[in-house]
Amino acid sequence: MKQKSMDQQDDVPLVFVHRPPSFHFPFKDRLSTHFNLLDPLDSPDSTHFVRRHANSIRVLLCVDPTPISSDLLDLLPNLQLIVGSSVGVDHLDLSDCRRRGIAITNSGVAFSEDVADLAVGLLIDVLRGISAAARFVRSGFWAKTGDYPLGFKLGGKRIGIVGLGNIGSQVAKRLEAFGCIISYNSRRKKPSVPFAYYANIYDLAVNSDVLMVCCALTEETHHIVNKEVMAALGKEGVIINVGRGALIDEKEMVRFLVRGEIGGVGLDVFENEPDVPKELFQLDNVVLSPHSAVATPECFDALEELIIFNLKAFFSHEPLRSLVELE
Amino acid sequence: MESIGVLMACPMNTYLEQELEKRFLLFKFWDFPDKALFLDTHRSTIRAVVGNATAGADAELIENLPKLEIVSSFSVGLDKIDLAKCREKGIRVTNTPDVLTEDVADLAIGLILAVLRRLCESDRYVRSGKWKKGDYKLTTKFTGKSVGIIGLGRIGLAIAKRAEAFSCPISYYTRTKKSDVNYTYYPSVIELASNCQILIVACPLTEQTRHIINREVIDALGPKGVLINIGRGPHVDEHELVPALVEGRLGGAGLDVFENEPEVPQVLFGLENVVLTPHVGSGTVETRTVMADLVLGNLEAHFLSKPLLTPVV
Repeated sequence: MKQKSMDQQDDVPLVFVHRPPSFHFPFKDRLSTHFNLLDPLDSPDSTHFVRRHANSIRVLLCVDPTPISSDLLDLLPNLQLIVGSSVGVDHLDLSDCRRRGIAITNSGVAFSEDVADLAVGLLIDVLRGISAAARFVRSGFWAKTGDYPLGFKLGGKRIGIVGLGNIGSQVAKRLEAFGCIISYNSRRKKPSVPFAYYANIYDLAVNSDVLMVCCALTEETHHIVNKEVMAALGKEGVIINVGRGALIDEKEMVRFLVRGEIGGVGLDVFENEPDVPKELFQLDNVVLSPHSAVATPECFDALEELIIFNLKAFFSHEPLRSLVELE
Repeated sequence: MESIGVLMACPMNTYLEQELEKRFLLFKFWDFPDKALFLDTHRSTIRAVVGNATAGADAELIENLPKLEIVSSFSVGLDKIDLAKCREKGIRVTNTPDVLTEDVADLAIGLILAVLRRLCESDRYVRSGKWKKGDYKLTTKFTGKSVGIIGLGRIGLAIAKRAEAFSCPISYYTRTKKSDVNYTYYPSVIELASNCQILIVACPLTEQTRHIINREVIDALGPKGVLINIGRGPHVDEHELVPALVEGRLGGAGLDVFENEPEVPQVLFGLENVVLTPHVGSGTVETRTVMADLVLGNLEAHFLSKPLLTPVV
């Protein structure tokens, strides 16, 4: 480990790396060619390591949505920017960061297309039973028992998008091409958007056949898809969740599914990953995905470009991309 | 019309069977193990055949039904009907175009996403408990990939429209270039396959298009290419496709149809880059009902001497 003089702190681009212990950091090598990466987990005594470099750290790279505690922020008094690597920021205390004058960037639109693709893929899979039908073929049933049961048509379905941000907008753009009717619920109505707006998710559910959950997880949106919303969606309703597991009351959702009171669900996220309620494994109207909406090489390449851009911009005092609004 | 004999070629739809039984004298071909005896006994009564993608009216059957006036297919594909023979004998033929276009196009996109994003495999990964031990591997992005479509009829165009929403550059092959379309045209299937990442079969099955996906096309599509077949099984030379997939010479496949349904080459079952569905292209409650109504409407129109709804011959 090279010793860096504290006097040179403005010239040497130091980046503090905050990551989960077991996670191997995919673009570490490329970042190392541009920046001096300080990763406490690479040091035998990480606390000592942090204390030694604390005052010179102005930017922190958060790998994976690894929670950042107030205690850590206390140790970094000169921190000005957290560069996130996910679109979600629910692992950060936004008001604490605002109080301390710390800006946050997330992955912005780098992931939006892949997440939207997965959301649409899950919806078609649930309605048409693609994964279930594939199981049917592989088990030899087609030859033995005859035709697979009929699925449900996607065209003409009323899609309610919960959260019309970057991801929600990309979902809307895709589903319009399938002849779906789009409406949405968001914190605020978007004036330039042609879709019907519902001020609350319950009304959206009453008027939809499908809910696409694409919003951020905050205190307000915790369990936003609850029992009342699921009942309003109806017995043939379908829910697709590519946001965060805690956006849906999972226990209630399982009850609805087991009782046949909802049409089906496609889930990429769960309340307690990687634990998934076992009851779901028996159901053919359920499609499960292991939080892999952003797991494509293209996503990681886009993320890498964005992170390098933002780190370079920060050290050059230039405008950053994908700054998170800290309300 | 209760005395008009209608022969249903194979099981296809319970609602259609029930409605046919109400209005006509329905014979279910599969109830009669001795086909020759059946035809001897009932040939003079049968004035209509209802077929589908599995079984229709070939030359032999047509010759054995001297009173046959109309063949009404519960499908848009006509490859199970000897059209030339029907024309020769003045037999009318109807199918079910338009009403199933969207469902088939939706399935094509669903298969692409299932193959590229490994939806079925990831679902299996979660159900088996493997996620507790580690994340599933990276898959491949769909948005922006180049899509090549063989056949730009109703279904081909509907697929193109959907793929455009995923920002996919679209190219196509048809016998003659279409002047009113903004997509890139290739004058041969091989050139199309060489210039796209996802190749979709969406043309009718005829003598010319049988095995249109052959060894050369598969090689041109290559180890990163994906084949989607929502047409007919015989569009693809399965003897070439299967080893190409097993050996990794072709990147992946989403197949809804097979050369010898319901038989599916079992060696494909173990491949994670292959998604197999049991000919469900038009298989939704909504669409099959509309298709059935169209078959019934065509038959009624014929026997009431009114214009047919969706005639082909």
